[in-house]
Amino acid sequence: MKVVDEKADAMPTDVFLKGLWRENPTLVQVLGMCPTLAVTNTARNAVAMGLATLFVLVGSNALVSAIRNWVPKQVRIASYILVIATLVTMVDYAIQAISLDLHRALGAFIALIVVNCIILGRAEAFASKNGVRRSVLDGLGMGLGFCLALMLLGMVREVLGSGSLFGVELFGPRYEDWVIMVLPSGGFFTFAAWILFFNWRKQRRAATREAR
Amino acid sequence: MSDQSLATVFLNASLINNFVLAYFLGICPFLGVSNQLATAVRMGGAVTFVMLITSLFVTGINALLAAIDAPYLALISFIAVIASAVQLVEMFVKKTSPALFRALGIFLPLITTNCAILALALFQTNRGYGFAQGIVFALGGGAGFTLALVLMAGVRERLDLADVPGVMKGTALALALAGILSVAFMGFAGLGGAEP
Repeated sequence: MKVVDEKADAMPTDVFLKGLWRENPTLVQVLGMCPTLAVTNTARNAVAMGLATLFVLVGSNALVSAIRNWVPKQVRIASYILVIATLVTMVDYAIQAISLDLHRALGAFIALIVVNCIILGRAEAFASKNGVRRSVLDGLGMGLGFCLALMLLGMVREVLGSGSLFGVELFGPRYEDWVIMVLPSGGFFTFAAWILFFNWRKQRRAATREAR
Repeated sequence: MSDQSLATVFLNASLINNFVLAYFLGICPFLGVSNQLATAVRMGGAVTFVMLITSLFVTGINALLAAIDAPYLALISFIAVIASAVQLVEMFVKKTSPALFRALGIFLPLITTNCAILALALFQTNRGYGFAQGIVFALGGGAGFTLALVLMAGVRERLDLADVPGVMKGTALALALAGILSVAFMGFAGLGGAEP
């Protein structure tokens, strides 16, 4: 199949990089909050969730962009959801085959990738208007940006809440676990702290620019 | 088949394992539509209604999929049912209350991608709830969602008048509030019946 890129001259690296940082889906657009908060109690879960979402995002972006000219406008959301649900079912069974422990730790949240707003959002906002190659790049960027945000949360929560990182003990046996960080409320607090940090940085940058 | 009593199922879904504050489900509308008390209550009503319909259908879907031996179709059928139910609610609200329709805005069609509802279908399947238990579970889940939304809206309406530092405004403040509410809800774990 031959797909013509409308804006082939727009920098592909830019399409990729904007998802990673400037338009980071979690930290800047605040999308896909449920998995972000729920499965980041350890760094390992965070990485697994990030990779699963990355796969679904790239796959759905590629497929949606490939079928974009044949899907009638009225039923496009329903068709996107079907594409996404199929991919998620695949991931669900794959993770179950690779590691049953991981599958148990992530629980229903693997299936819940279907309703992650980032994926439907990118399908609607980007993949339905761009060629396959650029959509895949966009999916990669956004997916990696999501991974990055999950890692930021997961690492902080695991270090504070269980005194370890990726399962490796950091502080020795005398460390008293800060249990609330691995509980649900810790997720809210950690994420609030990260948003606060990025807001503060943005304000300081703007202040220095004005001073100049 | 699970053998929990209906009261246990209800308490569990609404308070002990609150969908929003213990499971992190439905965070988007929780942060998005909790600016005003009146809107929050109606949003809760709409979500509860969709949950009820979903729960009704899930029992049937599970029986059907077990009969034709195709468990891998579960996710796709659930999402199809939810999307149709949301469409129904959207048409109903648009006809009966255009003002509410505008107030809910984009969050009304987004109920489809509200993870609380899909999670309800998945949990109901995993825990083997029967027909009656499923309905009570949906009612409890909806009540819990509404409760969280209303509490949040109440606090946020007051905070509108407070003098908050600039960096803290918006998402960061809402998240910190949600964290505090979540700590409060941990107290309900004392009621027992914690679910894995």
